[in-house]
Amino acid sequence: MRIIVCIKQVPKAQELQVDPVTQTLKRVGVPSEINPPDANALEIALTLKDHHAAEVVVLSMGPTSFDESLERAVAMGADRSVLLTDRILGGSDTVPTAYALSETIQKIGGYDLILTGEETTDALTGHVGPGIAGHLDLPQITYVSEVRIVDHTIRARRTAEDGTEWWQTDMPSLCTVNFGCNKPRSPTLTGKIRVKRGGVIVHWSCADVGIDPKKVGLLNSPTIVAKVDTIRLPPRAGRIFSGDAKESVRALLEALIRDRVVAP
Amino acid sequence: MTDDHILEDKSHFRGVWVFLEGRAGGLRDVSTQLIGEGRRLADLRGTPLTGILPGNGVDALAERAIGYGLDRVIVVDDPMLEIYRSRPYAQVMAQLIRRQKPEIVLFGASKNGRDLGGRLHAILETGLAADCVKFDIDAEGNLDMIRPSFGGKSLAHILCKKHRPQMASVRRNVFVAPPHNPDRRGEIVHEQVELSEQDLDAKLLEFDEFTKEGGLRPEEADIVVSGGYGLGDPKNFQLLQDLADRLGAAIAASRKAVDSGWVPKTLQVGQTGMTVRPKLYIAVGISGAVQHLAGMQESDKILVINIDPKAPLFEIADYGIVGDLFEVLPELIRQLDALKGGGVAGQPALPAEAR
Repeated sequence: MRIIVCIKQVPKAQELQVDPVTQTLKRVGVPSEINPPDANALEIALTLKDHHAAEVVVLSMGPTSFDESLERAVAMGADRSVLLTDRILGGSDTVPTAYALSETIQKIGGYDLILTGEETTDALTGHVGPGIAGHLDLPQITYVSEVRIVDHTIRARRTAEDGTEWWQTDMPSLCTVNFGCNKPRSPTLTGKIRVKRGGVIVHWSCADVGIDPKKVGLLNSPTIVAKVDTIRLPPRAGRIFSGDAKESVRALLEALIRDRVVAP
Repeated sequence: MTDDHILEDKSHFRGVWVFLEGRAGGLRDVSTQLIGEGRRLADLRGTPLTGILPGNGVDALAERAIGYGLDRVIVVDDPMLEIYRSRPYAQVMAQLIRRQKPEIVLFGASKNGRDLGGRLHAILETGLAADCVKFDIDAEGNLDMIRPSFGGKSLAHILCKKHRPQMASVRRNVFVAPPHNPDRRGEIVHEQVELSEQDLDAKLLEFDEFTKEGGLRPEEADIVVSGGYGLGDPKNFQLLQDLADRLGAAIAASRKAVDSGWVPKTLQVGQTGMTVRPKLYIAVGISGAVQHLAGMQESDKILVINIDPKAPLFEIADYGIVGDLFEVLPELIRQLDALKGGGVAGQPALPAEAR
């Protein structure tokens, strides 16, 4: 069985801060990590590998700096990784991204299960996973926390709006994985040694895969970011009490009642 | 299976569509909220507003949906559409869109709405903007799709200039649902879409409904009491519950509290969780990362309780107490009891065990 896990490298969320002067996000010098929901997807793949004969292939699309995350994925237990890396992919929105990843998945071939995170923490769309399923015409189960393989079928527990669902599909199929549904394992010593020996990452260009250059990149993306506005938060009254707890609470309740926020 | 059709003359695309989701015999509230905003956009474009309702035996629901402001509803009635499934629903939407060419299609950013939109935009090869909070029409007649960008501290304007339809998803509670007018008249159109057994490529084996355990849902409550990492331990959420019980409030949490495994992810407020806009949001032991702000900064009033006077959340607080939450919360509960039940300050009206 072959499981392909799609991952992205993103800036570490908790390191992101807003520049108080420019009111924009400081991105320079921010350390990177595997997009956390993708790490949860990888953990599901590695758990399946623990119990079934499976090869786990990690796939990403981006600059060669993404090697850092692919190496980490291999050190965690993935068998090998592929980076689709090409300047002409720059600025792709979710449509060309889903297309390019789908083509690369087909070049890897022989897959039984594709896993992605539910969304990325830097773009937050959740469109690429279902987009790949749409391109490849595969069954999809989104927002899953658990995946089992039973009698050559995929069973997955999905968190829906009003409850939990168990879905079953034939293989191959695609699941997107809930952020925080498991604790991704740490890299192992053997894994690190494998990375050190090299040869665990393959770099492919669009030409290597046979991706149509007229269908990728900024100019071939349906959407553009026309502009970005800084949000000016509405002024808040900002009555902050401190000191003795009893006094603070009394002053607070007085203010809340006077402002009709809570009824007396 | 994709196609390359889209770049035909975009003036052929007319009309605003809203994908409608049913729930327990009614419409999901994100759907009624979308009808309200869809109405505004359709009027700006001088074009009709259509609701799309796939399902099985949904005519009565279509009738009712019109009362929220639709001009017509396209019903696709098929036993295969009894419950939401990715492939048949995407087939239905793709075929209807190719046939009728709407210029704008809006989805609720519910689990199923995102599941559908993501699959569909790849099949149609057109633009989809996620989690929009505002729309405009630009000078060229394009839909300006406005969504929070990283951290919710800025808003990105997304345009889909050449491709049609322009598609967007909207989270619950971003727009206000219009009042229902039972006298409103509209057209109900039945469309046939070819589906085959192969389209049922996923089988629902089990469904466990979330119970109302834990009380109100934060998205529905007037007051939300939200706990963060400062609580230090999952059992301290009982303190929040004690406060919430007295205020008729719902419980929520920050990502850090969820990541620590203290409370389920369904309670998480923020960029990767839910968006709430209660009348009063009480943040306890939450420092206020930008991602958290994204999910609660639209609250009418914000009360912050934190031991650290430099916690960023104080910057957007209407009220705040700088202090140890383990002193402040019990005191707050005591004084509320004294106000309400005529109890004696210093003693809860009801001991915790008695509830």
